Amino acid sequence: PPRALVINDPDFQHEDLNFLSRSQRYEQAIRKSSLMVLKLREYGITDPDEIYWFKSFVHRGRPEPLDLHLGMFLPTLLTQATPEQQDRFFMPAWNLEIIGTYAQTEMGHGTHLRGLETTATYDPATQEFILNSPTVTSIKWWPGGLGKTSNHAIVLAQLYTQGQCKGLHAFIVPIRQLGTHEPLPGITVGDIGPKFGYDEMDNGYLKMDNFRIPRENMLMKYAQVEPDGTYVKPLSDKLTYGTMVFIRSLIVGDSARSLSRACTIAIRYSAVRHQSELKPGEPEPQILDYQTQQYKLFPLLATAYAFHFVGAYIKDTYHRISGDIHEGDLSELPELHALTAGLKAFTSWTANAGIEECRMACGGHGYSRCSGIPDIYVTFTPSCTYEGENTVMMLQTARFLVKSYTQVSSGQQVTGMVSYLNDLSRQRIQPQHVAARSVAVRINDPVSLVEAYKARAARLVEAAAKNLQAELNHRKSKEDAWNRTSVDLVRASEAHCHYVIVKLFTAKLAEISNAAVRAVLTELCLLYALYGISKNTGDFLQAGILTDAQITQVNQRVKELLAIIRPNAVALVDSFDFHDVHLGSVLGRYDGNVYENMFEWAKKSPLNKTEVHESFHKHLKPMQSKL
Amino acid sequence: MALMETGKYSQGSLLGSVNPDLASERQTASFSVEKLTAWLDGGTEHTRLRRAVVEAIECDPVFSRENQYFESQNERYEAAVRKAVHLQKKMDEMGWTENGPEFKALSGDLAFLLHRIFTRSISMLGSDQQIAKWIPLATQYQLIGSYAQTELGHGTYLQGLETTAVFDITTQEFVLNTPNISAMKWWPGDMGRSATHTVVFAQLYVNGKCYGLHPFIVQIRSLQDHSLCPGITAGDIGPKMNFEHIDNGYLMLQNVRVPRENMLSKFCEVQPDGTYVRRGSQKINYFTMTTVRISLILDEVVIPLMKACTIAIRYSVVRRQSKLKPGEQEAKILDYQTQQEKLLPQLAAAYAFYFISDYLQELFDRGYREIQRKNFDMLPELHAFSSGFKAMVTQYSTSAVEICLRACGGHGYSLLSGLPSLYTKIVASCIYEGENTILFLQTARFLIKCFMAASTGQPVPPSVTYLAAVTPEKCPAKNKLDFLSPDIYTEAYQHMAARLINSTAAKLQDLVQSGVKKHDAWNQCTVQLAQAAKAHCHYITVKNFAETVEKLETQPGIQKIMKHLCDLFALHGIFSNAGVFLHDGYISGAQMDMVTASYLDLLAVIRKDAVPLVDAFDFTDKTLNSALGSYDGQVYQRLYEWAQKSPTNKQISPAYERYLKPLLHKTLSKL
Repeated sequence: PPRALVINDPDFQHEDLNFLSRSQRYEQAIRKSSLMVLKLREYGITDPDEIYWFKSFVHRGRPEPLDLHLGMFLPTLLTQATPEQQDRFFMPAWNLEIIGTYAQTEMGHGTHLRGLETTATYDPATQEFILNSPTVTSIKWWPGGLGKTSNHAIVLAQLYTQGQCKGLHAFIVPIRQLGTHEPLPGITVGDIGPKFGYDEMDNGYLKMDNFRIPRENMLMKYAQVEPDGTYVKPLSDKLTYGTMVFIRSLIVGDSARSLSRACTIAIRYSAVRHQSELKPGEPEPQILDYQTQQYKLFPLLATAYAFHFVGAYIKDTYHRISGDIHEGDLSELPELHALTAGLKAFTSWTANAGIEECRMACGGHGYSRCSGIPDIYVTFTPSCTYEGENTVMMLQTARFLVKSYTQVSSGQQVTGMVSYLNDLSRQRIQPQHVAARSVAVRINDPVSLVEAYKARAARLVEAAAKNLQAELNHRKSKEDAWNRTSVDLVRASEAHCHYVIVKLFTAKLAEISNAAVRAVLTELCLLYALYGISKNTGDFLQAGILTDAQITQVNQRVKELLAIIRPNAVALVDSFDFHDVHLGSVLGRYDGNVYENMFEWAKKSPLNKTEVHESFHKHLKPMQSKL
Repeated sequence: MALMETGKYSQGSLLGSVNPDLASERQTASFSVEKLTAWLDGGTEHTRLRRAVVEAIECDPVFSRENQYFESQNERYEAAVRKAVHLQKKMDEMGWTENGPEFKALSGDLAFLLHRIFTRSISMLGSDQQIAKWIPLATQYQLIGSYAQTELGHGTYLQGLETTAVFDITTQEFVLNTPNISAMKWWPGDMGRSATHTVVFAQLYVNGKCYGLHPFIVQIRSLQDHSLCPGITAGDIGPKMNFEHIDNGYLMLQNVRVPRENMLSKFCEVQPDGTYVRRGSQKINYFTMTTVRISLILDEVVIPLMKACTIAIRYSVVRRQSKLKPGEQEAKILDYQTQQEKLLPQLAAAYAFYFISDYLQELFDRGYREIQRKNFDMLPELHAFSSGFKAMVTQYSTSAVEICLRACGGHGYSLLSGLPSLYTKIVASCIYEGENTILFLQTARFLIKCFMAASTGQPVPPSVTYLAAVTPEKCPAKNKLDFLSPDIYTEAYQHMAARLINSTAAKLQDLVQSGVKKHDAWNQCTVQLAQAAKAHCHYITVKNFAETVEKLETQPGIQKIMKHLCDLFALHGIFSNAGVFLHDGYISGAQMDMVTASYLDLLAVIRKDAVPLVDAFDFTDKTLNSALGSYDGQVYQRLYEWAQKSPTNKQISPAYERYLKPLLHKTLSKL
C-alpha cells in the first residue's frame, strides 16, 4: 500500500506520544502492532523489506514490543530450527499464538558472550533440559518484549551434558501460560523499569529455577544432543558471523537514517529561524547563513550521505557473499565481519554525536520534545552498545588489522580493503617516500584524498602493531600487551574505517549519471573528506602526509565549501524524503510553520489540562496562608 | 565517608555490605580520602556542616527521591512544588537561609528556582523603594516570581526581543504587549503554572522612541484564586528532555498595564514627564546573567559531572567482563586501558573545573565590589570570562557525562543508573543562559580587542597579558618525563592559545584590508574565532590547575595525586588536539609521541586511586540515586530490586486484556 495510506490510516492515529506515560505508550504500541500484523496479512505483505517499511510507517521509526518477535525469534527459527521444530513452532509463531523474544544478554554480561552464566543441564532420565539462573548476575536482562509481551523466549544458555560444558546453545522456552498469560511455575519475569528512551518497549528480566523443557526444544539444526546425552558438534562456528554481519549492517544503515532525520530537522529549522544581524541595518538573517551554524550542520549532512552509501555497500556485499556462504565458501567472511564490526562502531558513534550536535544547533527549542530530536537521540544512542559494545567492536577490527599487518611483515600479500598494508614494506626501503608524498596530495580531488586517508590508516596500523610488538618484547603476556596497546589499536581501527568510508563515498560519485546531482555530491564528498582531515590534523601532520600550509588550505577550503553547499542545503535534506509524520518534529516541518505549531503543540501538554493546576490548592495556597 | 543507605533495601539482601571488589579499591588509596574531602570543602568545619545539612534533608521523607524515575510530568511537578513548600517550612524551623547549602542539596528537585532569580534581579536592578516593596513580599512567598526574558523567536540575541512596553504619560503606566507570535515569552521556569508575578524584559518606548530592553514587574495570576489576570495568556510549554518537575512556561501579553513604578530603576528610570534617565553603564542590565553564568558552572555542571564520574568509576570496578589473563577471574572493566582512557580524563576534568569555578568566583567577587563602587572597568573582562568559561565547561562536561553513560554499557541506559537524567540535565546548560557558540564569540571579541591593544603596547587585564608575551618557538621537552612538568605543558597551551588568537586577528585584518566589510570578515572568521576562545579558556584552566596544585605544598599526600590529575588533564588535552600543537612545529612529531606515552602511563598510575578520588566527592547514595553507583557496590542486587518497583510491574497493564489476548486468540475484530 502507498505510504500515505499507512500514515493516514485512522487505526494508527493516537495522541502525541510525548504527552503519554510509559504504560500508555506501551499500550499504544501494542495496539498498533496487533493491528499491523492483521493488516500485513490483509495486504498479503511477506517480503522482509516491505514489512520493514510498513512497520516503520506504522511505528514511525520507533521500537515496538514485537520487534524481537519479528526480527529475531522468527528468523532464528528459520535458520537454526530443524524441520520438525519448524513444524511445531513456526506456524504458531507466524500466527502470533506464540510471541517470542531472544534472551541473550544477562545482567552481568553483554558483549562478552562466553561469560554468560545461565545453564541448561540435560537430564537423560526424563529427556529434558533443566534451565537455571544460578546467580543474580545470570538473570536475563534487557531483551525487548520479554517483560510483558512474550509467551516464549529463545534462551541462550551454557549447555551441560554428561557432566561437561559444551558452551552456549539456544533453547525455546515457554515462559507464560497460553490463555492467561501468567508466568509459568519456575519462571520469574518482568519489566526492567524506565530507560533512556524505548518507552514503548517492555525490555524485561527472566529468572529460571529448575525449569524443565523437552529435549526437542533445543535448536538443533547444527549442534545436537541425542536422547542419551551424546553431544554432536556443529560443522562450523563461523556461520554465526553471518547473522552478526547482517544485524550490524542494519545499524550502519540506521546510523545514516537517524542522522539524516536529525539533519533534516536542524537544517529546515535553521532556514526558518532568524536571529541577530550579519550586516548592520539589515533584517535578521536566517541562522543558516552564519558560518558557525553551517560548520555545525553541513559536515553532518555530508556524513549522513556518506553513511548511506556505506550501509548500502555492506548490505550488497553481504548479499553477494551470502550465496558463497551457503555453498560453504567462507573465505570472504572474516574480513567482512571485521570491517562491519568497526563500521558499526564508527558510524554509530559519529551519528550519535551528530544527532546531539543537530539538536544543540536548534538552540533551546531543540531541547523541547516537540523538536523530535530528543526522541531520535534516545532511540538511536543504545546502538553504541547493543549488538556489540563499540570499543570491543573497534578492537575486533584491530585484531584483523594487526593480523593482516603481521602477514605483510612476514612477506605475504593481503587483499581487500587492507591491501594498502602491502605498500608499507616498500615504503621502508625508501625513507624519503613519506616526505615526497605530502606535496602529492591535491585537496580538491577526492581520489587524492582517499590516498591521504589510506596513508594515515597505514601509519596508525603500523604504529599500533609496533607498539604491540614492543610491549610483547617487554616481558608482558599477550593479553597484557594487547591491553596496554588498546588505545592505539582503537585509533588504528578508526583510521581504517574512516579511510573505507571516504573511499566508498568517492567510488560512489562515478556511478551518478545526473551531472547536477554528481556535482553537489562531489562537494559533499570533498567536505566530508576535508572536514575529517581538519578534525584530525594531528595524524596527518605527524605522519608527514600533509604540511602546515596544506592544513591551512584544508581549513580554508572547508569554509569555502560551506558557502558553496549553502544554497542546496534544504534541497539536500528534502531529498531524504521523510514524511512529516515520520519525522515527528514541529521544528522540522516541511512547511516551516514552526512557531504557530509550537504553540498549538504546547497547549496539549498534560500540565495544561486545567487552567489552575491542582498543586495550587494542595500546596501553594496553604503555604501562603501560613506565612 | 558517604552516608550509607541501610534498612530500606537491605532486608534479606546483600545491600549494605560493601562489595569486596569495591572494598579492595579503598584499601590501597595513596592519600586520605577524608583529608581530600575536607580540602575540597574548604576545611573540616565546612565538611561537617555540609554533611549535617544533607543528613537533615535525607532523613525527611518529604524530600525522598525514591520514586523519581517512575513519575509522570504532572507528578514530578507536584512533587517539586510540595518539596519547595516544605523547604520553606523547614527553613523557618531550622533557621536555614536562602543562600545556605540546603538549597544546593535539593535544587534538582525544587520548584521556585526562578523565584530566586526574580528576587535577585530586583535586588540588583531595583531602586531602594522597589527593593523595600517587593523583597519582603517575595521572601514571605506572598507572591511567586519568575523571570521572563527568552521569547519563542529569540534567545541569546537579546536586542532581537520583540515584547514592547510603551509609556502612557496620561495614566503614568506602561502598556505591555506581545506584538506577534514569535514575541511570546517561552521557556521561563515556574511561569507555566506556579508564578503570580514575573520580571518581563521588553523594549521600552517613550514618546515613540525605543530605548532598548528594560525589566518590568508584571502580575500574571490572581493572588486569590490563581486564575490568569486580564490580558494574560500563560501555560506550560510541554515536555522536554528533562526538567519535567519545572513548569517552563509561555506568556502572551495583550495591553497589560503596570504602574510606572514597576520598571526596575536602579540604573534607568522613566520620570513622570516621560524623561528617560540613565545612571551608570547600560551593560549592567546584563549583570544578572553574568552572575548566573558563574554560579551555574559549579551547581549545574561540575557537580553533575562529579556524580557521573562517581557512578561510572564505582561501577567499573564492580563490573567484571572478559579475561585479561587466561585462567584468571574475569577482569574489572576499569583495568582495561580503553575504559581508563574513557573515564579518567573526565575525572581529571571534574577536578579542573571545580578549581576554575573557584577562580571565577574570586574574579567575580572582586568585580562585584568594584561595581558596588560604581566602577565598571572590570565588566568587559568579567563578561568575557563568564561567557567563555560557561561555554567551555558546559560543552566539555556534557560530553564527559555522556562518555560516563556510555562507559557503563547497557545498564547506563537504564534510568535507574542515574546517568540519563544527569546527561539530559547537563546538556541543557549548553543552551540556557547563552548559547555556547555565541558566548565563545563574545569572548573572542574581547580577546581580539585585547590582542590589538597589547600589540600596540596599551594596557590589558592581567589575565590576557600573555597575548603579547614572547615565548620560545619550540617546546624544550627532551623526553616523556619532561611532559610531566607543568611549566612545559602550560607554556605549550599558552603558545597555542596565543597563536590561534594572533592568526585569527591577522586573518581578520587581511580580509578587511582586502576590502571585505567588517561584519562579513567577522562572519568568515567565526569558526576560527570560536576555536581561539576555547583555546584561551583551556589554557587558563590548565594554568589554574597547575597553580592550585602548587599551593598544596602543606598537604603532600593530596598534592601528589592532584599533580597526577593536573598532568593527565593537560596531556589529554594535547593528545586529543594534537593538530593545533603540531601545526607550527611548536611540538614536534617525536615530542607528540612522548606526550602520548606519558599520557597513557598516567592512566595506569591514576587507576589505583580512581575509587578514592570519587569517594572524596562525598556524595551520599540518596544524592546519587543510582543503582550502579552506590557506595556499597551491590549493583546487580539493587538493579533487580529497584526494577521490581517499576509501575510497569505493579499496575496491571490494560494492554494484555485489550490487545494481546485478542491477538493471541484471533478474536480481534477484522477491521
